[in-house]
Amino acid sequence: MATFALPKNSTIGQGKVFKADPQAKNVKAFKIYRWDPDTGENPRMDTYEVDMDKCGPMVLDALIKIKNEVDSTLTFRRSCREGICGSCSMNIDGLNTLACLKPIDDVTGEVKINPLPHMPVVKDLVPDLSQVYAQYRSIEPWLKSETPPPPDEERRQSKEERAKVDGMWECILCFCCSTACPSYWWNGDRFLGPAVLLAAYRWIADSRDEATGERLDNLEDPFRLYRCHTIMNCTRTCPKGLNPAAAIGKIKQLMVERQGA
Amino acid sequence: MAMTDMNNGPAAMRTALGRVRGLGSAKGGTHHWWMQRVTSIALLPLTLWFVVSMIGLAGTGYVDAVLWIGAPVNAVLLLALIALTFHHMAAGLQVVLEDYLRPESKRMLAVLAMKGACALLALASAVAVIRIVAAA
Repeated sequence: MATFALPKNSTIGQGKVFKADPQAKNVKAFKIYRWDPDTGENPRMDTYEVDMDKCGPMVLDALIKIKNEVDSTLTFRRSCREGICGSCSMNIDGLNTLACLKPIDDVTGEVKINPLPHMPVVKDLVPDLSQVYAQYRSIEPWLKSETPPPPDEERRQSKEERAKVDGMWECILCFCCSTACPSYWWNGDRFLGPAVLLAAYRWIADSRDEATGERLDNLEDPFRLYRCHTIMNCTRTCPKGLNPAAAIGKIKQLMVERQGA
Repeated sequence: MAMTDMNNGPAAMRTALGRVRGLGSAKGGTHHWWMQRVTSIALLPLTLWFVVSMIGLAGTGYVDAVLWIGAPVNAVLLLALIALTFHHMAAGLQVVLEDYLRPESKRMLAVLAMKGACALLALASAVAVIRIVAAA
């Protein structure tokens, strides 16, 4: 069966509470998933109270403030702090998103932060993404063309053709969508998941690419593609406002188109 | 860091890409997915017709019901309804079993058993209609 309950060594316990300065007037509590592979202990939820008068507006600002000023052991990925690198994807207030794009004010009450769901955890908020990276590699996300490019210019594309990859090239591979997808939770070893299928469609839709048939061949599989049941969690959660579900729908449409009704 | 296969415990030393590529694509699934959609659309008018007819037959007796089923148009539509309903049911249940059942051996056994049960139910229903038609 698919695993619905957490294994014993993953059940989450009560953690420590880090109180804010008693002088602070505008306090917000951050409840953050903590797990350290080196201690052998179960994961726990630590609570950090942060003085919002001395903190930036985004959840990532609070995380960096906590790490700098309260608890340097708190571990998370971050880089660009402006929603373009995809490093700080995590589950905030029940929804996968980028900590750098999530305003703290959007959350009423305490801010619960967990790592991306259903991925192996490396430490605290850092998930092991080697599986999705390998899946991304498997769809060969690069231009494949046998026709050599013109010697003195780039490969040409009309404005309309170029517009067809809009809504896909913007994906930053944060994997908020794939880790929000129940089908990916239960069958992530074989189902490619929304992020990777969106990336696959980005190359299928590219007029310069000559490997469309080969790409469709590699996707035509009850598990790789057809585990998608249009649940739409992917589209709902995407912090970049993209629509992986629509891209998957278009792949299925092409599958039918090439075999005939 | 040791790699973990999400569903099957600690993985052997195979690379992530090797595991993901696995046995390659099955080059299938489109017919199953497409037929699930096609049968669902075809079942809309058929089921509506069936429900309306049953409401019309409510309160009439055994003889009226048998006469209604024995009429050629009704019998043909009933057989179509039976074929499509059980096809659609098997297709849908197969998706559920594939989603939730593990390992692969259990999954295959369950899908085969479910398809067999659906086929038998479809045959039994069809024979019931055909017997009435043959007797009429």
